[in-house]
Amino acid sequence: MPSTFAFGDVLFSLFTFLILLLLLRRFAWGPIVEQMKKRENHISNEIETAENHRQEAEKYLEEQRVEMEKAREEAQSIIETSRKTAQEQSKEIIRESHEEANRMKDNALADITREREQAVEALRAQVGQLSVLIATKIIEKELDEEEQEKLIQEYVQESGGRL
Amino acid sequence: MNIEHESPYVYDVFGIPGFHANLSNIMMLTIAAVIVFIIGVVSARTLSMKPTGMQNAFEMVIEFVRNMIGSTMDWKTGERFFGLGITIFLFILVANLLGIPFMLINDETHVLWWKSPTADPVVTMTLAVMVIVISHFYGIKLRGAKEYGKNYFRPKKFLFPINILEEFTNTLTLGARLFGNLYAKEILLTLLATVGTAFPIGTALGIIPMVAWQGYSLFIGFIQAFIFLVLTMVYISHKVETDH
Repeated sequence: MPSTFAFGDVLFSLFTFLILLLLLRRFAWGPIVEQMKKRENHISNEIETAENHRQEAEKYLEEQRVEMEKAREEAQSIIETSRKTAQEQSKEIIRESHEEANRMKDNALADITREREQAVEALRAQVGQLSVLIATKIIEKELDEEEQEKLIQEYVQESGGRL
Repeated sequence: MNIEHESPYVYDVFGIPGFHANLSNIMMLTIAAVIVFIIGVVSARTLSMKPTGMQNAFEMVIEFVRNMIGSTMDWKTGERFFGLGITIFLFILVANLLGIPFMLINDETHVLWWKSPTADPVVTMTLAVMVIVISHFYGIKLRGAKEYGKNYFRPKKFLFPINILEEFTNTLTLGARLFGNLYAKEILLTLLATVGTAFPIGTALGIIPMVAWQGYSLFIGFIQAFIFLVLTMVYISHKVETDH
């Protein structure tokens, strides 16, 4: 143990300590703490930005989802409408073709009837002439043309009723 | 074998009677301060957003001191003591560790030159008194003289003498603890070194306890610097904190 009290040591300790404190503040922990603060700010900024981005992304996602839903509904309605239209159109087409067919059938029937009548008419005339020819040949009897025609018409009428 | 070493005193510095100085202390304090300063400057030389190497280490010390202060008082009040805390911690730590690797003694005069400056009671008591004075100063500055005075009558009025006594015991124990630990460390290191160098078998005998004690001295150096820091902050917080 030292027997002399060294007051110089006391002053020198305090002096050294004070100088060291000031130097460290100026050159060591001052700038380092500054840097740490800067980093803290940077990190918190980054976190904030990331959070904002995330929220934005979520918002967009939600918007997209709504948009998608809307599009799907629209597509559904379009399909529905077109199906309905198609059905109606097909019904219309079928109905029209039915009508067309019916009309064609009617026309055909009318044509047939008319043709038959014409044919019958022609046949009738032929038969009349033939009958006259046959009758003239067979009975060889002179006959008045007009009376004969009348007679034939009567016969033909009778036989035509059976046709 | 004489293990009592002389100190290199200079008497009546600048011709002032009674103004003595221990040159060994002055040298060692300067060396410790320079080492701490170099560590600090090297750490802060290349600052970057992503800390590497020394900057990382120094930031760890900063965080450590910060947590230390934060655990004893509100960080708003404690922020102003951060510089004090980090200087105390690093200065005392380096001063403690300086005496571990070797000792320089003038062989003829038995004058001890290289040692831990904190193994000297004058140095440790100076630091202790400085801390206590700072705590009183900030106690008055931050809370006003009235509140500061009232503190001596808490929690009960009759505890006033004990509170006064506490101020002195705090100072004494703060300085004496550091000195005692470091002085014991130096004494034992000197003893082991003496044994080791005295005779050939002594080297074999002394080297194992020497290594062990040096390891333990490292531990002591850290723990005492840590304790000094903690107690500094605790004493200051007692003075500046309004509720405790």
